[in-house]
Amino acid sequence: MTERALELAGVSKRFGSVEALVGVDLALDAGEFLVVLGPTGAGKTTLLRTIAGLEVPDAGNVRLFGRDAELIAPAQRDVALVFQNFSLYPSSTVRENLAFPLRAPSRRLSAAEIDERVQWAARLLHVERLLDRPAKKLSGGEMQRVAIGRAIVRKPKLFLMDEPLNNLDAKLREELRVELRELARELRTPVVWVTHDQAEALTMADRVALFVAGRVVQTGTPEAVYARPVSPLAARLLGTPPMNVIAVRRVDGAWTTDAGHALARAASVAPERATLGIRPEHVRLEGGAAEAVVLVVEDWGPERVLLARLGTLELHVLAPRDCALRAGDRFRPALDERRIVLWDPAPR
Amino acid sequence: MKVVRVLVLVVGFCCAAVPLAWMALSSIKDRADTIHAHPKVLPVPGTPAGDDSIAFAPTLSSWAELAEVHAGAQASFWSHLGNSVIIGILSTLCSVALGTACAYGFSRFRVPGASDWLFFVLSTRFMPPLAVVVPVLLMYRELDLQGTHLGLVLLYTVFNLSLSVWLMKGFLDEIPRAFEEAALVDGYTRMQAFVRVVLPEARTGMAVTAVFCLISAWNEYGFAMTLNSSDAVTVPAYFAGLAGNIEGMPWPQVAAGALVFVAPIVVFTVLVRRHLLRGMTFGTIKQ
Repeated sequence: MTERALELAGVSKRFGSVEALVGVDLALDAGEFLVVLGPTGAGKTTLLRTIAGLEVPDAGNVRLFGRDAELIAPAQRDVALVFQNFSLYPSSTVRENLAFPLRAPSRRLSAAEIDERVQWAARLLHVERLLDRPAKKLSGGEMQRVAIGRAIVRKPKLFLMDEPLNNLDAKLREELRVELRELARELRTPVVWVTHDQAEALTMADRVALFVAGRVVQTGTPEAVYARPVSPLAARLLGTPPMNVIAVRRVDGAWTTDAGHALARAASVAPERATLGIRPEHVRLEGGAAEAVVLVVEDWGPERVLLARLGTLELHVLAPRDCALRAGDRFRPALDERRIVLWDPAPR
Repeated sequence: MKVVRVLVLVVGFCCAAVPLAWMALSSIKDRADTIHAHPKVLPVPGTPAGDDSIAFAPTLSSWAELAEVHAGAQASFWSHLGNSVIIGILSTLCSVALGTACAYGFSRFRVPGASDWLFFVLSTRFMPPLAVVVPVLLMYRELDLQGTHLGLVLLYTVFNLSLSVWLMKGFLDEIPRAFEEAALVDGYTRMQAFVRVVLPEARTGMAVTAVFCLISAWNEYGFAMTLNSSDAVTVPAYFAGLAGNIEGMPWPQVAAGALVFVAPIVVFTVLVRRHLLRGMTFGTIKQ
């Protein structure tokens, strides 16, 4: 059995009355790319800082490569952290910034080695021509590349990335997303990548951890987490347009809304009440029992998103580009029964 | 609008420059000309002594006499200037070093009762320092610190510490924590991170703090006068001591000495003026 790169067991941390981490359990295998996805303020940054050793957990245990991390100083953990809001020392050049981690007295690298590593990292991130430029004269994208360069230059055992693509424009984000994913694969170094951008989670992750209010809500492959969210909360975190979450009752063998519209067949062993989840792309535009009215049609390029009203509830439906429905039109939405996810009913 | 601006500048400049110009003139006069009933403002070589015009015969003798020991003093001006330099520089270094270290602690670590401590530090400035001159004198006598360089260095360091802590805290608070945290994760110890990352960023603040500390130590008069009679007399105390002189105040030498005495402060301030301007708005407005 290979050794786990990282293991968190019951890690908790509070700042005054704010609970930043609540009994977090999380594991990372060697070479794995884990994306922690959660809304702003969920405690994701605290999670990374705790792993890096900048915060000491109030309870629980962090293990790095099989060793209890409690007694390892941040400098000795050999992890690299790319900060969300800090990237570089503004008054130094790119070269100095890249060399800074290598110049740590504990590393004892020769000038030639340092130079070689800086060149290597600069080449990987395509910033060679910027080496002698002062950091404050870089564009946002260049700065972010160099910041990531600072992390890879010392070849750490674990990368911690705190929303590294946050302040970049959409096109650059997409580019870097692909590049960095490739890079992580090449270096075979495990990564904990924190973000609130679900596109990053879906495209980059080997495994996703959904993180809300200091808790890990669900972990799994992006496909599994997308297809079978464990709760309405998890469902809302992943997917645009969002998953439809509908309170239903079982009436005459069919899942029926509160307003009495039958949506789909229910198994006879199913409970009386449930919360039903269905992705917008799994709602067909015809064949359903109940009639819905289109409220809004949004053009998303390759497809259209319909917001429709069915009785009292609002339904997101993903329609093909050639769909002729317009606002005010009526249609009979049908749910793909194999794709329905059922949860316990919401408490009333 | 522009006229007003120029006018204000000219008036301001004159207010600042006239005393200096007068000192410069006095320093090249004969003593009799400095206390002449008619103000002498025009150096004209060859003017006879006792002339009632505004002209006077310039002489450099007072500058040469800076090296002489005057009646009523025990050493020359230059040796007193040496005392001022030693005491001013050492106390400034101590204040800035201690202030930076202390402010770093308050800025970066959770110190129980931090705001109370900081207020206490500031409160040491509330009382006029001369109010404690007698107890300090008694203590110094007991400790044999009277009339020593060390005594004044300690005293000025303590006086300037509150200013230094407060100014430096303002500056250090402006340096993002992430600067050091990045270094910590990158393999540096806290001390190494402080030296390699924080200190270079704090240079501005330290320069500004040093100017303020140096000026107040350099110009201090009350304690320098009271705690000293011989060995560590600084320039302000030395000049004051000449007043009781049997030959009368040697005005030309005092003027020459005062010019020399203000020169280092002017040079230092000019050197760090770029920092000073930034520092004034940066360290103080925030608090």
